Amino acid sequence: MIEARGLGHRYTKDRWIFRGVDVTAAEGRVLAVLGPNGRGKSTLLRLLAGLAAPTEGTVTASAPVAYVPQSHSAAFAYSVADMVLMGRSRHLKAYATPGRRDRELAAEALERVGITHMADRSYAELSGGEQQMTLIARALAAQCRVMVLDEPVSALDLRNQARVLTLLQELAASGLGIVLTTHHPDHALHLADDAVLVLGPDDVRVGPAAELLDAGALGELYGLPVSTAVVDGPRGPRVTVVPDLGPARTALASEPPSDLASDPAADRAPAPAPALAPDPAPTSGRQEAPA
Amino acid sequence: MTVSAPDLAAETAETAETAAPEKAARRLPRLPLLVAGTLLVALAALALGRYTVPPNEMVRLLAGQFLPVGETWTAQEETVVLDVRLPRVLLSLLVGGALALGGAALQGVFRNPLVSPDVIGVASGASFGGVLALLLGLGSFAVVGGAFGFGLLALAVVMLIGRLNSGSPILMIVLGGTVTGAFFTALVSFAKYVADPESELPSIVFWLLGSLATATYAKALTAAVPILLGAAVVLALRWRLNVLSLGDDDATALGVPPRLTRGLLLCAVALMTAGSVAVAGLVGWVGLVVPHLARLWAGSDHRVQLPAAFLLGGAYLTVIDTLSRTVTAAEMPLGILTAVIGAPFFIALLARSRDRMWSQ
Repeated sequence: MIEARGLGHRYTKDRWIFRGVDVTAAEGRVLAVLGPNGRGKSTLLRLLAGLAAPTEGTVTASAPVAYVPQSHSAAFAYSVADMVLMGRSRHLKAYATPGRRDRELAAEALERVGITHMADRSYAELSGGEQQMTLIARALAAQCRVMVLDEPVSALDLRNQARVLTLLQELAASGLGIVLTTHHPDHALHLADDAVLVLGPDDVRVGPAAELLDAGALGELYGLPVSTAVVDGPRGPRVTVVPDLGPARTALASEPPSDLASDPAADRAPAPAPALAPDPAPTSGRQEAPA
Repeated sequence: MTVSAPDLAAETAETAETAAPEKAARRLPRLPLLVAGTLLVALAALALGRYTVPPNEMVRLLAGQFLPVGETWTAQEETVVLDVRLPRVLLSLLVGGALALGGAALQGVFRNPLVSPDVIGVASGASFGGVLALLLGLGSFAVVGGAFGFGLLALAVVMLIGRLNSGSPILMIVLGGTVTGAFFTALVSFAKYVADPESELPSIVFWLLGSLATATYAKALTAAVPILLGAAVVLALRWRLNVLSLGDDDATALGVPPRLTRGLLLCAVALMTAGSVAVAGLVGWVGLVVPHLARLWAGSDHRVQLPAAFLLGGAYLTVIDTLSRTVTAAEMPLGILTAVIGAPFFIALLARSRDRMWSQ
């Protein structure tokens, strides 16, 4: 568990990024941090992960915390196995190299994320989604109880977004605490139990995601009109956030939904569900999935 | 629009086919092979030269130092091998190893494959120290001491510059190294300008060109202490260098303090570089070319790459030094040969292995 009390941070003397934030990240729960660019999302995340010390307030971690950066390129062509093995570094003496136990834990982490088959590939050659999975496996190898992720899906295409979100669901269901920043309110609605909205230095709201993430608050957060709508998703109805992106050039959405009926794919039963399916009822919290 | 749930299993299974199980086979036997190869190079260097010692004589001669072997070699052969060539080969192994290991470590620290020990300004500082001693006519002990002292001074200056801007420490160190290097290079030019063109200038120029011609056991020992000390630190941190090369944020998150680790590595590399310049002058290119060769041979993992760079560097400089004293009647300065051979060699390496060695 990570408990932050009275958290405040500033980089220059005269400007607080935020103040007086109380937030708890518990094991088995997903906490999403939302806010516009430059409002201090990532700073808050780094404080929670223990990467930086807050200007005021306290961060107490009662369980091992691991930080997962945005997927990035490595300067050298390390193998995926070695990247994951680096998660063990905290547990090694300065002059030591990983031993058998460390390799076992790294192998378990690869297995858990489902990327064992990529172990010998070069991390540099992976897609963004695969890199993100590798970094998540690296955090698991560190035997963390709470995982703190900086915009884990920002650079990913839709399919990889789904892969990573499904994996995070699974990890939370197995008892891991998840903290993430995101630019997608939809993802927060889909995934999170709790949310933090960083509206301004003195206005940081913390609460259950289902209550906090309404059209009014999101519109205020991003400074543009936002509405929510219930749509017919592939797994049933769900709430989606519809921001006002300006006048639309293409009017695809105006096609009547009767088109769907003629699409043979629509008649098919839903694809064989992965062991841990995304939650069909987005606002009611995470689905209980087998660990 | 209908999007079925992502079929994760199918995609992962696809990529499984393409994963090559090459790693285990690649890693293990390389270092012992390299140790054997380096020893062979050293033995060949002992035998070769204007006064060639037959290999079997040479082996008997070496063995005879420790074992009761009948003395079949001449006193002259013994002098050539033990008093002239052996200290020189030891030096070339040490200096080449130090420069290559230093380059490999710095490339990891700076996450940049174009870095060599020259970039942190230590080599320039050390060369000024040596030149100053030559200019003042203080003798060979002062040349070594001066090179060493000014090399460390240059490092201290670079570290201080690095503290000016805490936001981008790596950039500041690279800039600091460039500035410090340029400053000491200017001082070296000044020393050349004021040196007596009849006596001091030639000795300065020759020393700067780099040479192992005056190798003695005393020099080998002088170089061995800082080089082996620095190498021990760098090799001990070989796993942490992997983590550090991912960036400061990653390193912190993984429990490796980036500043402390980087500081230790820079000091160790400075120690090795200063020790090398002190006994051999400015020998360029080894620290740039050999780490690439090591990466090509052993992969990017510093656990293997660093020892491989040390061994390869020693062998490489021993080969070049042997060429320098055998190819032409008058001995060719090392610094010239390492550059003349190193530059085209480096280009060939780049052309061959661009994709495999690093990524951007």
